[in-house]
Amino acid sequence: MAIRERLSGNEAISYAIKQVNPDVMPAFPITPSTEIPQYVANYIANGEMDTDFIPVESEHSSMSATVGASAAGARALTATSSCGLALMWEELYVAASNRLPLALCLVNRALSGPININCDHSDSMGARDTGFIQIYAENNQEAYDNFVQAYRISEHKDVRLPIMICQDGFITSHAVENIELLEDEKVKNFVGEYNPENFLLNADQPMAVGPYAVSNYYMETKMAQNTAMQNAKQVILDVGKEFGELSGRSYGFFEEYRLEDADYAFVIIGSAAGTSKDAVDKLREQGMKVGLLKLRVFRPFPDIEIAKALSNCKAVAIMDRSESFRSKGGPLGAEVKAALYDYAKHVTAFNLIYGLGGRDFTVESAEGIFKDLAAYVETGKAFEEYRYVGLRGESYSIARTAKGATSDITSDRV
Amino acid sequence: MSYNFKQEMNKPERLAPGHRMCAGCGGTIAVRAVLRALHEGDKAVIGNATGCLEVSTFMYPYTAYEDSYIHNAFENAGATMSGVETAYNVLKRKGKIDDTYKFITFGGDGGTYDIGLQSLSGAMERNHDFVYVCYDNGAYMNTGIQRSSATPMYADTTTTPVGSQSNGKMQNRKDLATILAAHDIPYVGQSTLLGNFKDLHTKAEKAIYTEGAAFLNVMAPCPRGWRYPTEDIMEICKLGVETCYWPLFEVDHGKWILNYEPKKKLPIEDFLRPQGRFKHLFKKGNEDLLVQFQEEVDRRWEDLLYRCARD
Repeated sequence: MAIRERLSGNEAISYAIKQVNPDVMPAFPITPSTEIPQYVANYIANGEMDTDFIPVESEHSSMSATVGASAAGARALTATSSCGLALMWEELYVAASNRLPLALCLVNRALSGPININCDHSDSMGARDTGFIQIYAENNQEAYDNFVQAYRISEHKDVRLPIMICQDGFITSHAVENIELLEDEKVKNFVGEYNPENFLLNADQPMAVGPYAVSNYYMETKMAQNTAMQNAKQVILDVGKEFGELSGRSYGFFEEYRLEDADYAFVIIGSAAGTSKDAVDKLREQGMKVGLLKLRVFRPFPDIEIAKALSNCKAVAIMDRSESFRSKGGPLGAEVKAALYDYAKHVTAFNLIYGLGGRDFTVESAEGIFKDLAAYVETGKAFEEYRYVGLRGESYSIARTAKGATSDITSDRV
Repeated sequence: MSYNFKQEMNKPERLAPGHRMCAGCGGTIAVRAVLRALHEGDKAVIGNATGCLEVSTFMYPYTAYEDSYIHNAFENAGATMSGVETAYNVLKRKGKIDDTYKFITFGGDGGTYDIGLQSLSGAMERNHDFVYVCYDNGAYMNTGIQRSSATPMYADTTTTPVGSQSNGKMQNRKDLATILAAHDIPYVGQSTLLGNFKDLHTKAEKAIYTEGAAFLNVMAPCPRGWRYPTEDIMEICKLGVETCYWPLFEVDHGKWILNYEPKKKLPIEDFLRPQGRFKHLFKKGNEDLLVQFQEEVDRRWEDLLYRCARD
């Protein structure tokens, strides 16, 4: 029987770490992920797990030590947020290119400056091209479930890549929600033992890690990483399905919420998907055919699958919780639009930036955007290709006076 | 423990020939000397900060190391080996491995005194059971002789060039061994390449077989950066010690021990004159620079004598 509990996202991840009981965890405190090493240190202090915790002196060192431990043959992980991830940026590439199947529990937070401790996705989106697998969660349950699946994906012989398990800072990391936990034994059996083929402490076969590779060799290593990333797609699907058989909660690349017959849809990542689902439900009651695609797996990027899922939509709003300063939108926008260009050119797509540095994203905001999509298609009301929502002193609404759109929603004023 | 040079030299090499380090490189000599201190039969994982040593000994697909080896990046050799050593403890405790391993990390002065100092300090403070060996050649030699905080005052480097308005590096070198001693780790030793290598060998063996964190600082001349004839390396090292520029000492569980006191301390000019990087100090009109250099050597030497006498 599954265990019913009430846990914050950080507690949920920490509980999963305890159940997986990895070998080594170096970590450094940073809000809002600090609680994860705290909980783990407490579990260790009370004999509930026997991971070795290394209280390193920086995030650069936490990923460096995680790389060292993983290369040595240990199942290793760390946790961080924001500037911590930025500080370990160099090491993310090292971990991935050394094909080390380590895990990183990321609690998404805005990058400085100004310094801000609240949620957005600028940290992990900045690390999107490092070679890490990236999996995002809408809520605490998904954060827990994703971590339980993490090593099964990253350690798979066709993959062998590091994995980033992301959740939204404070919104899920600190909010307490009902959650269903698996029994320790079930988790242990599902995850299994880690027995690497090659590792530093293999007495039968010494190994050298981290070579200098000249141009004659470097490019093939990148191709090999990319092949592994392509292989990860099937592994993620297989593991998500097997996890479903174990828990009743199956996972794929994304969740389609009332999307099948939707004319207007969101593409969105993380906790704001929950908020947007409320808007979808409300508008469906009013007869609007709206839906949502909540992206779970950003790396590898399931482009053809996304395009296929959106192919019946008249217009979609791609919701980015980070800026890429290309002056045309955020990273999710760029990648989804590229997918649509390749596989579903007929779908009109807009890119909106929301929720930076923890700016609230409300059900009303989501409703307004859906209505504006409809107004664009049905009445030709202008909809900027790329814009911010929820700025100070502005209504969320892009087309407040459009036919059919409510014009009195100003709840996003701050 | 008795030391037999011939016996040590007859041990199998753990750094295989065929690597691409320069002829006469002090760093390579230091590495081989330290690795000889590993007892035969003991396994080891060798760590390495980015630098000459790394790019020349592990150029894909070849490695010069008989043992397992890990290079990660420039500034994190300490943290990386922290992870390796911790993994060893866990895997041994969990019964997944049963061999005995020793852990030795090499870094140049750039990767140790400068960019890697934080990572090193963290690893030493946490008292991981490994040896960090700095092969100190007093500049960023791999990138082409740029000054580091280990570069001696007035040295001519490519980022402290001697010119009409410049006498080379303006600052004194950082005293890293003392900084490491202040971490209160079990063992700190300073050595260089001398005679039959007994001093370095003994210190390396102590460092490797002392439980907990250990640090070795080894002066390892670079003929390219220091600009002296390659074959003179042993003479240069000897002069470094005889002038008290590079004293031989160790801090063993907090106890400061002077390993060698020259009968007649030679003037610093004897160490500086053979090196092209100090050529400008011997030009007419620069006599006061030599006086200053000598004063700094004297001050540090007196300070060391005081520390060692106090214990």
